[in-house]
Amino acid sequence: MNLFHEIYGVYYKSVSEMLRLAVGGRLTEKDMKSICDRYAFTDSHIEIISAIKGERWKLIRSDMTTPLRHEPNVPLTSLELSWLKAVSLDKRMKLFDADTDFLSGVEPLFLPEDYVVFEQYGDGDPFEDEHYIEIFRTLLKAVRERKKVTIEYNSSKGTHLRITGDPYEPEYSEKDDKFRIKLADSKFADVLNLAGIEKCEIIGNAGPSAQKSRFASEEYFIAELIDERNALERFMMHFSHFRKEATEISENKYRIKIFYDKSDETELVIRVLSFGQFIKITEPQSFVSLIRERLIMQKRLGIR
Amino acid sequence: MAYSELIKNFGRIRGYMKEFYIYGFKKRNEYTRRSSRSYDNERRRIDSYFGEHMGYLRSKDGKNVFISVDTRSTHKNPIYKALKAKSFTDGDITLHFILFDILHSPEISLPISEMTRIIDEEYMQCFRKPLTFDESTIRKKLREYADMGLILTEKCGKQTYYRRSGDTPLSDEMRCAAEFFSEVSGCGAVGSYILDRYPDEDPVFSFKHHYISGALDSEILCELFHAIRSKCSARIVFEPRGGKSADTADIVPLKIYSGAQNGRQYLFAYHICRRRICSYRLDFIGSVTVGKPSDIFDEQLESFSEMQKHMWGVSLGRSARTEHVEFTVHIGADEEYIYKRMLREKRCGEVERVDDSTCRFTADIYDTNEIVPWVRTFICRIESLSFSDKTVENRLRSDIEEMYRLYDIGDEE
Repeated sequence: MNLFHEIYGVYYKSVSEMLRLAVGGRLTEKDMKSICDRYAFTDSHIEIISAIKGERWKLIRSDMTTPLRHEPNVPLTSLELSWLKAVSLDKRMKLFDADTDFLSGVEPLFLPEDYVVFEQYGDGDPFEDEHYIEIFRTLLKAVRERKKVTIEYNSSKGTHLRITGDPYEPEYSEKDDKFRIKLADSKFADVLNLAGIEKCEIIGNAGPSAQKSRFASEEYFIAELIDERNALERFMMHFSHFRKEATEISENKYRIKIFYDKSDETELVIRVLSFGQFIKITEPQSFVSLIRERLIMQKRLGIR
Repeated sequence: MAYSELIKNFGRIRGYMKEFYIYGFKKRNEYTRRSSRSYDNERRRIDSYFGEHMGYLRSKDGKNVFISVDTRSTHKNPIYKALKAKSFTDGDITLHFILFDILHSPEISLPISEMTRIIDEEYMQCFRKPLTFDESTIRKKLREYADMGLILTEKCGKQTYYRRSGDTPLSDEMRCAAEFFSEVSGCGAVGSYILDRYPDEDPVFSFKHHYISGALDSEILCELFHAIRSKCSARIVFEPRGGKSADTADIVPLKIYSGAQNGRQYLFAYHICRRRICSYRLDFIGSVTVGKPSDIFDEQLESFSEMQKHMWGVSLGRSARTEHVEFTVHIGADEEYIYKRMLREKRCGEVERVDDSTCRFTADIYDTNEIVPWVRTFICRIESLSFSDKTVENRLRSDIEEMYRLYDIGDEE
């Protein structure tokens, strides 16, 4: 099973889209460029358009017609089917109401027990609970069809809320093993834990100008790191999911700027502390103060 | 050779992408693995694949190139695009689309001779300078596609007939699931390949704490899955390090571990010569060759299941013995969430309530070093430490003292 193969490539995808138009006699040179820009790499249009116009690939003639008679369509490969079979066995697949009968007889690429996610918290969402599945599907439908919902919510602090809003982008955290749902056009909450939702109902169409993407990583901290006990690699891997900039300031010493969302600050403080004395936060002062506060408390407490 | 965006082997750029994405501070002259020209070509390719995610920082010592991705706002793993850069010949792409145009329905079944004639007469003759495809070239391509499950073959007398495999259009729900699993599942790149077959849709999901670098190891992971599912041995060749030639290991792959807090992927496998189970980082493996079925697979998998009970991370320690770890944390008034946090975050061991203001964690694990970062996350409330490995305990104590010095925290505070 070859995972790195040209049939999965962006060049084949681009040519496939061009042929789709050419078969119907609708391909133009402008289309070729926009297809390349959309599906392929930054410079691909140079190679692809040259190969087609020069008739190096005998698929489209220089006058944009093709001898092909059918829109391109290739069956799923064994690798693709076996991957689908593997994910169909995941407990989270039940969330999707997808018919997987067509995969009977297909050998899975892997079984859930072959691929263990570790470092994961133990109180993940109840993905196989019927009530949770129902809430998830209602929200997914609302997101895909751009609907407004009312939600009855039990917060982690024990309060009960009734919230109206336009749900978008269910957000999954592998570390937490939880889904959260973002809400636009809502007075009381902009993000909710799915597991806390008691009831969810679609009540109409979502607003036209929903305010979205509130999770802008505009805050930052700067860390100075001394590369001992493999700290550099551990730090860079651990924080790799953030936007960042790194420079080497002297031998074995690095300056790393991490951009994050303000709402994640407490979590970030804890994560920085886990690296111990190999990391020193130098900016901003507010973040330094958060680290110092914890260290001062620890010093007062002492360790037996 | 002229520059091309496409590459024959993914391994060629895998190392560079890791350097640019994970580290991103090296200058051109610090990449010593290959020539400067090779660096320039790989950087140009990666620039082409990543576009908006590429960044540059210029200093007096030169320019460093990096890939920077905030995966909370990026819905699709951008590394998958690099996996869609395999090179091919003019003949490959021409034959690909023409063969499936001829075999446009599963009912059509043709022998090589007929397909060769159709290609020549109905397709090639439309071009000013037609390509000539002989029967052996077409047969080779069809066999390749048969191996990939795209083509079915059937014998009729002495002749082999070829037809396409059945089409399996995916429902909206299945495509939505594929979008989700392409980001959270092993070999998620395959899900991305599947979605490429369908018209673009706005992505539905977003992801937090989302590590994407594992995608660089997709080929390795795919081969290891194949070995695990068929209970086969395998030979792994490690990436050469520090100028040394590549080491190899003959193993029986058992399980893959994927870290939710750093994105690293590990293979647990029985090392045939060392006669013990070891862990290997996938990003350190250069290639995998799947061998023959192994009769010790089940027995070793069972042994590993026992070991899992005492693993905090992926280390199996220096010996089969476990080490005792114990620490207590202070819980203030209205800080019940700390107790809940300990319960939620522990991966093995026990959390018990000592009294209203204290809780204790205890565990017997293979490697105390692995739990130290977690213990540090409780700084500000650690009351006591008691590790059977006193070297690690003393080092943690002195590390915390060093942190006080680092942040100028004196006795008066």
